[in-house]
Amino acid sequence: MEFSSGRARLKQGRLAGDRRELYPHSLQFYLEPPTESISLVEFESFAIDRLKLLKVVENLGVSHVRGSDTYKTKLESELRKLKFPYKALAEDDYEARRKDHISHFILRLAYCQSEELRRWFLQQEMDLLRYRFNELTDGLRQKFLEHVNLSFEAISEDLKSELANELCASTPGLGMIKVKEQMFYKVGLADAVDLFRARRVFIKDGFAYVPLKEIDAIVLNNYRTKLSKALALTARSLPSVQSDERLQPLLNHLSHSYVGPDYSVQKNTGKISLEQIDALSVKSYPLCMRQLHKALRDNHHLRHGGRMQYGLFLKGIGLTLEQALEFWKKEFIRGKVDADKFDKGYAYSIRHSYGKEGKRTDYTPYSCMKIIMSNPPSQGDYHGCPFRHSDPELLKQKLQSYKIPPSGITQILELVKGMHYQLACQKYFELTHDVDDIGFSLNHPNQYFAESQRLLSGGRELKKELSNSGNSQQKSNSQESMNSSSTPTSSNTTADAELEGLEAYFTED
Amino acid sequence: MAPFEPAALPELLPVFYRRLFPHGPYGRWLGYGGVVKNYFQLREFSFTLRDDIYVRFQSFGSPQELERELQRINPYKIDIGAVYSHRPNQHNTVHLGAFQPQEKELVFDIDMTDYDDVRTCCSSAEICSKCWTLMTIAVRVIDRALVGEGLGDAARPRSAPQQRPDPHHHRGKGGAGGERGMRRRPAGSRRGARLGGTPQPVPTPSCSPAVAPAEDLGVRHRLWVYSGRRGVHCWVCDDAVRKWSPALRAAAVEYLTLVKGGAETVKKVNISEPVHPFIRRSVSVVEKYFEAYALVGQDILGTPESWDKVLALVPEDIREPLRGEFPKKRDSVQRWELLKGRMERTRRPGGPGRGTACYADWEIMLQYCFPRLDINVSKGVGHLLKSPFSVHPKTGRVSVPLDLQRLDQFDPFAVPTIRYVIGAGGTGRGGSRLCRQPPHRVLPSPAAPCATSWMRPATTGSRRRAGRRSRSGVHGVSEDGDGTGTGGVVPAAPLPLSSPTPPDYKKTSLAPYVRVFEQFVEEMERARRGELLRRSGESWAGTQPAGGPRSGRIPWL
Repeated sequence: MEFSSGRARLKQGRLAGDRRELYPHSLQFYLEPPTESISLVEFESFAIDRLKLLKVVENLGVSHVRGSDTYKTKLESELRKLKFPYKALAEDDYEARRKDHISHFILRLAYCQSEELRRWFLQQEMDLLRYRFNELTDGLRQKFLEHVNLSFEAISEDLKSELANELCASTPGLGMIKVKEQMFYKVGLADAVDLFRARRVFIKDGFAYVPLKEIDAIVLNNYRTKLSKALALTARSLPSVQSDERLQPLLNHLSHSYVGPDYSVQKNTGKISLEQIDALSVKSYPLCMRQLHKALRDNHHLRHGGRMQYGLFLKGIGLTLEQALEFWKKEFIRGKVDADKFDKGYAYSIRHSYGKEGKRTDYTPYSCMKIIMSNPPSQGDYHGCPFRHSDPELLKQKLQSYKIPPSGITQILELVKGMHYQLACQKYFELTHDVDDIGFSLNHPNQYFAESQRLLSGGRELKKELSNSGNSQQKSNSQESMNSSSTPTSSNTTADAELEGLEAYFTED
Repeated sequence: MAPFEPAALPELLPVFYRRLFPHGPYGRWLGYGGVVKNYFQLREFSFTLRDDIYVRFQSFGSPQELERELQRINPYKIDIGAVYSHRPNQHNTVHLGAFQPQEKELVFDIDMTDYDDVRTCCSSAEICSKCWTLMTIAVRVIDRALVGEGLGDAARPRSAPQQRPDPHHHRGKGGAGGERGMRRRPAGSRRGARLGGTPQPVPTPSCSPAVAPAEDLGVRHRLWVYSGRRGVHCWVCDDAVRKWSPALRAAAVEYLTLVKGGAETVKKVNISEPVHPFIRRSVSVVEKYFEAYALVGQDILGTPESWDKVLALVPEDIREPLRGEFPKKRDSVQRWELLKGRMERTRRPGGPGRGTACYADWEIMLQYCFPRLDINVSKGVGHLLKSPFSVHPKTGRVSVPLDLQRLDQFDPFAVPTIRYVIGAGGTGRGGSRLCRQPPHRVLPSPAAPCATSWMRPATTGSRRRAGRRSRSGVHGVSEDGDGTGTGGVVPAAPLPLSSPTPPDYKKTSLAPYVRVFEQFVEEMERARRGELLRRSGESWAGTQPAGGPRSGRIPWL
């Protein structure tokens, strides 16, 4: 994005009255960055409005079924309130489209800085686009598809009737009659990744047969690929933007204010002794970490996914590298691993996750979103989110054994059923800490731990730290908090794949 | 078999890399016809040396350079990584972040340890011939989705000579008795399926590029390899697939995954209507093995404890009646019939007063038998995977390609170990052991039929020899006969190390496996040649040359 030049060109454009050409559709893939100059005030207000919008998108997605009527109504009123394009039919909404365009690009700058931020931004932008695309009329949808080069050819009626049985069996929610009515498109797998992954379409000979009603998945898939690439590129060119002292604090603040802290800055390093861990795991661990801790104690081993999830959590609650090495080693050598094998095979990756090996990236503890969305546990794994990845029956037993009252268990299971895993965890927190409303939204295991410690220790010493970093998400974007929380953690930009460390690159067999 | 002693490796490996490793076809494989410039040079190799020392980011100017290096440092293990943006051995000289993996085969890793919750015979790294059936099923299921059932054979243009050994290995199987008899059924039914399911005529080599794969993923070239200890690997090598993004690789694994959940999940397979054709077809593959493997071999309904584990996967209203009736039945097979009958009743259309259709019998079959893929290995383009023909440092077994025609007879314990193929002496000219069959557990399968079956027609033989000659440094390029071999990437470097005589692996029990590998490489070369011909034909036919490749059928675009 340019902040100096381009004004003249744009002004000319405006005067000539071809605003519409600039934004032919209410929807776009944000392929071209804006080139006009804007004032810092506008810059900031656009950015904050979009953040508000994305935050609403996130909250609605947590508490409502996406695409349900309440979800739609609430999102629409928000778009209207914040003056973003809300109805595609409104022809002359140049200002709204411009705001949509510019604010998206500002947030890109703020949210390209770490993998966690990118993930959050991507998710919300996808949800927003999904909503907006589905609100389009058929005609506009077709126009938009052509505009972004995604028009596919429908398969012939002959082929369709030949494949009718398989199409019907492959496409949930489509009966035989509907199959006959719908158009089907033959789409390369790369364009239909999500439908392919979830087995929601018929796959044959390397092609997906996608019904018209699922075409939004293809649009979203395409958008995600583009946006994710763009974010990676933006991250690379970030240093030049960051050198602008007017923007740098603002961008940093923007990224911190809504996702919350990433818990990589260790304020409490060294404040926990290894002897405390067992007790802490019962009192202050979220269920996922408690499960990992127990599995580790029982089996004297954890597989890679578990070591990463738990190890980084421990780092986040303040274990030093030396403590971590001691902790893992003590436990592992009680099992099948001898000291020598530990030093050779496992110590490296622990040092690696503390940024002492390889690329020397200081890895951040996993957030709830990451735990829920990526790398689900498989055979022999204990990581993941217990609310997301356990059988409800087992979860129930576990909660019973942890003395959660039956009414609470019912509530939790109800939330799990509605796929509100974080809310279920929040409920678990409330029940185990005997509070009615925790007054924050839970999105990180380390946040859980910190809040728990704060409550249990009477909220004295930890409170200060947390109100600086921990709860800033609740605050408005006032100028003063902007200056206080500008510790950049841009070292986390390396792709997630790096994080698996050397060891994960080798397959044990 | 006496346990393998890794301490012997330093002595054995030099002989192995000098005389047994199939450097020729190996180089032709990874050169991919030299069509893409520097494809081989940009490939990462990683070596494991003595005392678990990893050396990553090795790369080589040519297959010959790799051969020399292997013979110089004699690695305990070879891993293959991605094709990178820059030469991996120079990765430190380029800007951090610019050095990126670009392409790699799509690989699948299936490991027996991931089945610990459903095998009773062994656990963790142990395997036996009973649970090995799980790997057989895994290969059949995944390969069906990749290539197709009938095509497993049709893709092999050489099926004519291979049809002869067929009665051969049936005889061998019958003779092996006991546990092997157990495999008869699946083998037989597979054969039946193949015969019934091959409507297209067996293609002759010249027309084989025209065979269009029709299964889910429409893959043409894949190599299945025994990992050397407790699992199998699959290398999907199609040009388009090698370019797949991590997201698409992950999606493919998820598409191919039905067993989900970790230690905290009891019921790991959930089927709901409509049942996707992939699931239906996978069930029909598993079904062929299920009785012999799970009911007879693992006896999963043999005792109250074991059937309780199975019944936990059945809906409650059906569970209790079954628990009452199971003790009255004689064995696992009968109990299964009972359970299956109940489930089928729920699926009968218009069944009186039935609720929703229930697929618990399918779910059980899948939970106990369906392949469990390691997604992380497949997802990352940069992920390393043990190379075919690398020795497994713990077992000493050579990681050999699997012949899908005789998959049901594959016996991991009969796979040649490095010590065996080299023979006791290790250095003698061939040595008496070098040409014999393995001492025991010999299935006639890999060793015997090959003695005849890979007396190839003169054409291939001479081509191979030509390849050898070129590799020993006479010229380098077109000597390869067809111009599509390693020709493009071979610099004319003298190679004093290769002996002019045919490689020694041809005299060992490694030979049939090398033959499988060669067939795979040859088939890829043939397809590439066909593609070239087609394109040049098109451009001759009047269209502009530039239009040629675009109009071709390019999947995944």
